[in-house]
Amino acid sequence: MTAVVSPAPIAASRGLDPRAISSIEAILIPVGALVASAILFSVFLLALGKSPLTFFSLVWTGGFGSAFSIQNSLQRAAPLILTGLAFAIPARIGLTLLGAEGALVLGGFSAAAVAIPLVTFGFPAFIGLPLMALAAMLAGGVWIGLAGWLRHYRGVNETISSLLLGYIAIAIMNFFVEGLLRDPASANKPSTMPMGDAYRVGSIPGTSVHWGLAAGLILAVVLYILMTRTTFGFAARMTGGNVRAAKAQGLPVGFLVVTCCAIAGACAGLAGFYEIAAIHGQANASLVAGYGFTGILVAFLARQNPLAIIPVAIMFGALDAAGGLVQRRMAMPDATVLVLQGIIFVVLLVSETFYGRIPFLQPRKTGDRT
Amino acid sequence: MISSSLSRRSLLKAGAAGLAASALPFGLARAQTPIVLGAVYVGPRDDFGWNQAHAVAMDILKQVPGVTVVEEENVPETDAVSKSMESMINLDGANLVLATSFGYYKPFVIESAKKYPAVQFRHAAPLWNKDTDPANAGSYFCYLNQAHYVDGVAAGLSTKTNKIGFVAAKPIPSVLSNVNSVLLGAKSVNPNATVQVIFTGEWSLPVREAEAANALIDAGCDVITCHVDGPKVVVETAEARGVMTCGHNASQAPLAPKGFITGAEYKWETIYKLYADALSKGEALPNFTVGGYHNDMIRNTAYGAGATPEAIKAADAAIEGLKAGKPIYVGPLKDNTGKVVIEGTKDNYDPELDGMSYLLEGVVGSTT
Repeated sequence: MTAVVSPAPIAASRGLDPRAISSIEAILIPVGALVASAILFSVFLLALGKSPLTFFSLVWTGGFGSAFSIQNSLQRAAPLILTGLAFAIPARIGLTLLGAEGALVLGGFSAAAVAIPLVTFGFPAFIGLPLMALAAMLAGGVWIGLAGWLRHYRGVNETISSLLLGYIAIAIMNFFVEGLLRDPASANKPSTMPMGDAYRVGSIPGTSVHWGLAAGLILAVVLYILMTRTTFGFAARMTGGNVRAAKAQGLPVGFLVVTCCAIAGACAGLAGFYEIAAIHGQANASLVAGYGFTGILVAFLARQNPLAIIPVAIMFGALDAAGGLVQRRMAMPDATVLVLQGIIFVVLLVSETFYGRIPFLQPRKTGDRT
Repeated sequence: MISSSLSRRSLLKAGAAGLAASALPFGLARAQTPIVLGAVYVGPRDDFGWNQAHAVAMDILKQVPGVTVVEEENVPETDAVSKSMESMINLDGANLVLATSFGYYKPFVIESAKKYPAVQFRHAAPLWNKDTDPANAGSYFCYLNQAHYVDGVAAGLSTKTNKIGFVAAKPIPSVLSNVNSVLLGAKSVNPNATVQVIFTGEWSLPVREAEAANALIDAGCDVITCHVDGPKVVVETAEARGVMTCGHNASQAPLAPKGFITGAEYKWETIYKLYADALSKGEALPNFTVGGYHNDMIRNTAYGAGATPEAIKAADAAIEGLKAGKPIYVGPLKDNTGKVVIEGTKDNYDPELDGMSYLLEGVVGSTT
């Protein structure tokens, strides 16, 4: 209210230009939120009679403490980078899509389904694997693209439709895996035909981390450039800022919306491809592992910035990797790490309100001092 | 070029590590290394079901001197399980890893066993194949359908409507075998008994499990049993509706003080103690361990208030019969579409029964 009483003109700030302020904020606020979460979580641990110090040192040991731990974290981060991108890209155009889980499952299933004829007819892997990846990205892209199309052309709420499409995707996979495409040998765990070792995407040389990590890193950079350095990205962000203004400017809003959604779906579908080709070697219910939903948290913490998704995904991977060690050494339930993730998420949402409101970063009001 | 030289270097490293690892066992045996058992569970340790049955057995092992137990719960059937097992090996020094969920085996247990040849891996389903799978991996399994047969005997004499309800997860052999065994047990003492089955489609879907239990009770079933990961919801729902229950996996007796009859329980500690003993003596672990009543690997929960005296007497007699090897599947048996599926009499461990894909005559329900 005081601001209204004395509407002082804004004079020069302390030599900081607005861009510098916003980039300082972009680092200071998330880091501050993480520190605040750590403090809150420590209180939770103390209330349980457990040592926060032990907890955080175990998180370090389990997440980054050795070459094994680092690779463990990176491997777990790999699908999260891709599903994080699947949430972040539509978010830039103003859409909240929860469909990454379904796109991942459908993508992975499509890859495994395409692999059946390829393996049966003996196509070499260097032809087969790219075709599988393409099928996965196409399936995921069409699936989420559909949610975008429904949003723009039929006015269907994209959050609800993408979430429900996810359940349909899982049902489609179950239908085929337990029926038409079931490998007769998979009696007690219905699965598609195993693809065999020739159709395996291996590890990045010198590590035990599969190539999905590299794909995620490359896509994050490419999509960052696309969204910040191209006319497409500018148009998409402008549409996200104000749809009416974008339409008035003659931007192809429908095309932009569907394309952003399709890119998102392709990212999630690609994550599904790596789950199949690098890990499972066949499609089954294990594909539904929740990566699509964790990706939402990752993208939120990264403030929908494709580059920031990389470190955030690695942090979540490390938390996940350390979760097991915490269980084993501290005799705490598996939910412990989930509590921490939940606290981080809530604190982060609250921290969003601090942008442009941190006192010492604001331009000084000179009105009543002269 | 860089990548190829890198991979060669890493290959050399791996080779050196392999040599070191293969040299290790001799040193280990002499130095009396501590026995570290790592157990991985797919759900919570206190689910009143599959995971609890394993966790209870591991708790017993914690009391054994010289044995350290490390456990992880809620580990999904993805590469997360490989990493959890590796973490137990690398950070806790586990020398035996027990992977307790069906989907852990292929590819995760097999690949980890190849990667860590000095560590023993055992998996809780009869999947190990001596021709194709690594020698440091193996399987253990208990034929719980024998205890379900005993459930069926007790239920068959306790039911008044002659209808037993069965909430089942998936129409796969291990589940179908339990449904059919309940039927055969009930029919052995009560020729009019039938079993009505509803498949929920998933291992853990509490809401649908409660709906299924209610639907079965509405259809006239007065004994409810199940084969899902955590039978808690089914047993509690049935108890609240005032009908009787038979349990599955672990003891659910505390959940149903009024209507509990008995339940089919695993006795994993028999196997786990066997492993711990072998490790402490430096002996090789068996690769394939299966069993049932004849070798003390399963049990029935202590009888509850729902069991009538005749039921208890008949169930005790059935247990004695199973211990002596009395067969459950006495042919010829027809499935519930009228086709003869079992010609002769099958031994209780006949591998043909592991591929069961039918519901026997007397079961109301369908696998599709």
